Amino acid sequence: MKHILDNLDKAFENRVRLGIMSALMVNDSVEFKSLKHLLKVTDGNLASHLKALEKVNYIAVTKEFLDRKPNTKYSATDSGRKAFKKHIEAIENLLK
Amino acid sequence: MEQYIEDLKEIKDIMNRSSRFISLSGWSGVSAGVTALVGAYFAYQTVYTNQNYLGYRQAQLSPENLVWLIGIAITTLIIAIGSGVFFTTQVSKKNNQPLWDSQTKRLLINLSIPLITGGMACLILLSKGFVGIIAPLTLVFYGLALVNASKYTLQEIRSLGITEIILGLIAMHFIGFGLLFWSIGFGLLHIGYGIFMQIKYRP
Repeated sequence: MKHILDNLDKAFENRVRLGIMSALMVNDSVEFKSLKHLLKVTDGNLASHLKALEKVNYIAVTKEFLDRKPNTKYSATDSGRKAFKKHIEAIENLLK
Repeated sequence: MEQYIEDLKEIKDIMNRSSRFISLSGWSGVSAGVTALVGAYFAYQTVYTNQNYLGYRQAQLSPENLVWLIGIAITTLIIAIGSGVFFTTQVSKKNNQPLWDSQTKRLLINLSIPLITGGMACLILLSKGFVGIIAPLTLVFYGLALVNASKYTLQEIRSLGITEIILGLIAMHFIGFGLLFWSIGFGLLHIGYGIFMQIKYRP
C-alpha cells in the first residue's frame, strides 16, 4: 500500500492543479483566460497554482502580444506529461 | 477512495470540456433538417414539373431553372447555418461558456476543409453539366466533413457522418433518386439526430 501511495505526485494533490494538467494534456497550449473559465477559479488562485506547476517544471509558459495585449499561454512539458501519467496510473492502481 | 474516483471523473470532464466543442444544440439539427426538407420540396417543384409521379425521372434543367435551384440552395444553406448558430449560441449562453474559443475554431476549421473542397468540386462538376452527381456528392462530402470534425465535438457526429457517406454512395448508384436521398440525408437524418442529441444531452 505504501509503495502505491509513493507514486502519487504531491504536485497534483490539489484539485486546481490536477485540472490545469488535465486541460494541458489534451491541448497543445491553453490561454490563462480559458483555464480560468474552465476551472472556475479566481485569477489569483489560478496564478498561484500555475506558478507551483511551473516551479517543478511540469508546465511551460509562453507570453506573446496579440493586438498589443499580453496573452499568456501554458503548455505541459514532457516531464509534466510523464508525471501526470504516472499519477493517474497510481490512482488507478489504488482503486483496483 | 471516494476522493480519487471524483478526481478521475473531474479529469475526464475537464479533458472533454477543454478539447471538444460540447455546446452543440440538438435543435440546430432539427431546424437544419426542416429547412433542408423545405428546400428540397422547392427544388423538386422546380426540377420535376410536368412529369409522371411514379418511378425514375429525368431532371429538367433549363438555365432558368438552374438559377432558381442555386437560389434555393443558397437560401437553404443560409437559413440552416443561421438557425444552427442561433440554437448553439443559446446553449453556450446557458452553460456560461464562451462561444468563440479555440475548440470552436478547431471544429469549424476541420469541418470546413472537406466541406469547401466538396462545394468547389460540386460547382466545377455543375459547370461541366454533371447535374445528377451533385446531390450524392454533397452527401458524401458532408459526411466526410462530419467524420473529420467529430474528433472535436460530441462523438455521435461521427456516426452521423458515416451514415451520410453511405447514403451518398447509394444515391450515386441510384442517381435518379438523388433529391430523395438528399432529403433523407440532410432532412430526416438531421431531425432524427437532433431529437436524439437533445434527449441525450439536454433533458
